[in-house]
Amino acid sequence: MALLEIKNLIVAYGAIRALHGISFHVNEGEIVTLIGANGAGKSTTLRTISGLQSAESGQISYNNQDITRAEASAIVQRGLIHVPEGRRIFAPLTVRENLEMGAFTRKNKQEVADSMEHVFHLFPRLKERMEQTGGTLSGGEQQMLAVARALMAKPRLLLMDEPSMGLAPILVEEIFDIIQEINKQGVTILLVEQNAHMALSVANRGYVIEIGAIELEGEAHDLAENPRVRTAYLGGG
Amino acid sequence: MQNEPKVFFKKESARFIGIGLVIFLIVQFLINTNLLNSFWSGIIFWGAAITILALGLNLIYGFNGQFSLGQYGFYAIGAYTAADITYRWTHGDPSGVAVVLSGALLTLVCYVGIAAFLRRFYRVTVMTQFTFYLLGTVFSFAIAVLVLAQPLGRLAQTILSALPGGLSQQIVFFIALLGGAALAGIVSYLFGIPVLELGSDYFGISTLGFTIIVKVLLDNTDTILPFPEMKGARGMIGIPQWTTWPWVFFSLLLVVMVMRNILHSSIGRAIVSVREDERAAELVGINVANAKLLAFVVGSIFAGLAGGIRAHDLAFLHPQSFNFIQSFNPLIIVVFGGLGSMTGTLFTGFVWIILLEGILRDLPTGYETWRFVIYPLVLLVMMLLRPEGLMGRYELPYLRRVLPARRKTEETEPEEVPA
Ligand SMILES: Nc1ncnc2c1ncn2[C@@H]1O[C@H](COP(=O)(O)OP(=O)(O)O)[C@@H](O)[C@H]1O
Ligand SMILES: [Mg+2]
Repeated sequence: MALLEIKNLIVAYGAIRALHGISFHVNEGEIVTLIGANGAGKSTTLRTISGLQSAESGQISYNNQDITRAEASAIVQRGLIHVPEGRRIFAPLTVRENLEMGAFTRKNKQEVADSMEHVFHLFPRLKERMEQTGGTLSGGEQQMLAVARALMAKPRLLLMDEPSMGLAPILVEEIFDIIQEINKQGVTILLVEQNAHMALSVANRGYVIEIGAIELEGEAHDLAENPRVRTAYLGGG
Repeated sequence: MQNEPKVFFKKESARFIGIGLVIFLIVQFLINTNLLNSFWSGIIFWGAAITILALGLNLIYGFNGQFSLGQYGFYAIGAYTAADITYRWTHGDPSGVAVVLSGALLTLVCYVGIAAFLRRFYRVTVMTQFTFYLLGTVFSFAIAVLVLAQPLGRLAQTILSALPGGLSQQIVFFIALLGGAALAGIVSYLFGIPVLELGSDYFGISTLGFTIIVKVLLDNTDTILPFPEMKGARGMIGIPQWTTWPWVFFSLLLVVMVMRNILHSSIGRAIVSVREDERAAELVGINVANAKLLAFVVGSIFAGLAGGIRAHDLAFLHPQSFNFIQSFNPLIIVVFGGLGSMTGTLFTGFVWIILLEGILRDLPTGYETWRFVIYPLVLLVMMLLRPEGLMGRYELPYLRRVLPARRKTEETEPEEVPA
């Protein structure tokens, strides 16, 4: 049974349609990647799932419940957490305060403290910068903070929008290692990437999205071998 | 570490309230012995009213980040509503007491019902919400005026006249203050639903418009509105002078405690994080629209309460004192004391009135107009010396939050390393 199931999702910005009825699913425990060029509709898909954007029609079910019409705040409460494009951390707040905000929907203080410890274990660099404001962190550290903040909400499903964007290659490796680590600890991940090579190397399955429609789907290693994917997204050969 | 703060706050609350009560007794003693003459006690009452008003604005602007020039509009609504209730009462008409209270209660019931009803639909537009709530309000007050005013008024009169005169007067005053605050709250809710969504700058302009509209309506209370006793642009006279030091002090204490407890709760975290970054707040599961509405309504309720207190000290209300130019007063106090600093507002509110309306009124003859040179100069110098506000980030221990403090945003963009 799929943890997340998207059926015929249509989303429009005013008169212009960004998604023309896409369908896909994510099973519990998987890393699924959505790859596609700039403007294909990847971010729109994630924003619609997390309730930041409303759908024109179609259905989004999560954990066997219809969340197509749910409020963004209610979706967060159910453990579906969005790490957005461009990080969106609280720039004027310290690392610690950002993490505390991440746990906004949780009431049990002890559990939150445990999560904080766990997050610092995953991101020792953030622990060193605990009292530094988010706006003064480097791009890589901000991305780590964005992921760490999402983990503070105790996610069951994590939506990640281009976590490697604008990062040096060594940091990209690090982020992808962490994504795999988080997944091993039981978090299901829907990963949106332009960096198809990295995304397909960590994912179980993948979908290729072009101009608001799913064009290809399959096991990650099959997609990586697919000639169309190779020419369009993996830089030729 | 997680459990300590609770004990800590209890001790701090006790100390804060204790010191407050000592100040209360000292001032009461000074008033009783006439060491504080009626001019200076009036200045202190005024200072307290302005402080309550400014605390409300600090919640809206300082803590929630919504720039507002509407505070004087709500101050005016509270002042005129409360004054009308007591004016009518002292002129043998109990309908004010009956209408405002029953109307506000009915409205509250209606709002709860409407909220539950609208929740069943998918992303109702703000204009639809506004229409529903407006209809609910009109319906409630229509019932209050047409159906409940007579019987409830008679009931109130029967009950209150059975009580000793002093006590019944205090009860009517209490209802008047409550009514003024409630009406300010209701109007701010209706206004806030469509307007808060616009974002801070547009919200600011709209609130300026709001204050101007309120002032125009007050100019025409006896022509456009059916309130001849308010006497339009000539000013309302004959309001009983019922504001006393205990009313002033305990209103201020109540406001400080309510605001402090809101800010210490998770609602406070939501309010502050909306100021820091609305979209980030949304991502961590905060209902941004609700957080804004809550801060705005509570801040406006404070303004309404302040208006009622001020009206019953002045015993005279004039629309000119609610001109939009006045709405800069609480703004100056809030910025001056420090955006997001309760201690700063508490301090600056009093200092502002004592300086501007007390000390600077005592300038030697021939130099009176220097008042308007001195205070802008003080402002300018202070802003240059302490741009973070008089108190900076200091808060009294009782008011100190576990919340993020307001910081100047560091505009340093992280260096983007090309992949
Ligand atoms: N807020 C918006 N208003 C109007 N059009 C938008 C908005 N956001 C995205 N779009 C359009 O929708 C399409 C998909 O965008 P997006 O989902 O951001 O793509 P991707 O994340 O794959 O780069 C693009 O054509 C883009 O121009
Ligand atoms: Mg995108």
